[in-house]
Amino acid sequence: MSGLILRELRLALAGGAAALPLVFFLLVATLFPFAIGPDTALLARTGGGALWTAALLAALLPVDRLVEPDRAAGILDQLHLKGFGEETIAAAKLLGHWLSFGPPLMLAALPAAALMKLPGETLLRLEIGLAIGTPGLAALSVGVAAMTAGLRRSGALAGLLLLPLAVPLLIFGAGYLERGNDSGALQLLGAVSLLLVAGAPFAAGAALRAGRD
Amino acid sequence: MTLLTLRGVACLRGGRLLFEGLDLMLAPGEAALVGGPNGVGKSSLLRVAAGLLRAAAGTVERGEAALADEHLALDERQLLAKALAFWAADPAPGIAAMGLARLAEVPVRMLSTGQRKRAALARVIASGTPLWLLDEPGNGLDTDGLARLEAAMAAHRAAGGAILAATHQPLALPDARRVTLQ
Repeated sequence: MSGLILRELRLALAGGAAALPLVFFLLVATLFPFAIGPDTALLARTGGGALWTAALLAALLPVDRLVEPDRAAGILDQLHLKGFGEETIAAAKLLGHWLSFGPPLMLAALPAAALMKLPGETLLRLEIGLAIGTPGLAALSVGVAAMTAGLRRSGALAGLLLLPLAVPLLIFGAGYLERGNDSGALQLLGAVSLLLVAGAPFAAGAALRAGRD
Repeated sequence: MTLLTLRGVACLRGGRLLFEGLDLMLAPGEAALVGGPNGVGKSSLLRVAAGLLRAAAGTVERGEAALADEHLALDERQLLAKALAFWAADPAPGIAAMGLARLAEVPVRMLSTGQRKRAALARVIASGTPLWLLDEPGNGLDTDGLARLEAAMAAHRAAGGAILAATHQPLALPDARRVTLQ
């Protein structure tokens, strides 16, 4: 299991694959102020939500490299022969993917928040929200990657599958930015994220098994 | 003790019955050669034996097995020895048996077709599993590669291993059972 997680990390770091979502995230953070204009108050109010949207879209980028290359290269077959359950493989992919996606995204949120002129309190809430929400996003990425592996033009389909499922993360993540914890948004964000993390290995495992036939 | 037992196995692919009622037992030291024309289900039989495809009927029992099919299953960016080490604690026997020592420090993506086939076989040899499932193991190998493969298979059987190989090429597997699909 630890070997699998390390392999996922190695694949993510090889050739800078893990940097792609971060660059995308920062790019959106750069573009948004151009579109809205230099109104600091407006940016501060809308910037956090924009960053959450950017995080959701950034979670889409790694989908095509998470499962399909392993399926095409026969590595999933060999792991099965080695006695790894599909759920174990999916859980290892989830953890390995989150390590290369969640913490770096939280780091990238610092310069992004500066570009959006977010106040310190909002930045703190954004970071807390991302810490809780990115495991859910990583789980969705892995689940959707397993479901679309082997399909042609899976990129567009992955977006259609992933983004609607990620809406609760967006709502509660952005809601926490706006209203703080009076609203219970953080608890709901945690609940959704936990549900996704707990469910994804089983959904992805079933998809991997079905994809073998 | 048998390493592989197939009883009354049938295989359905895309609603088409490829074969049915297949019985096969492999004890240590034994080998079976699966033959038959293209598309008859040789690869499917190996995938059924590997547990990667569900048999439509019948039962499959096996212990640990290693499979070499058309997929290399090695990380393309890694050096060959490192990529093999992901699958086997000690890849050296496989590298030596397939004559890959010169290529051990070459990235997998640089290998030629024949060298990739050797690498896949080296992965199986290094796995140390008693049952080898080989799908067209001789494809793309030169004379030296073929001789090395045959020597490795003989050594594996002498050490108490069993081999199930699907091939349409002549392959030296002395006293191998013939399974002809049609």
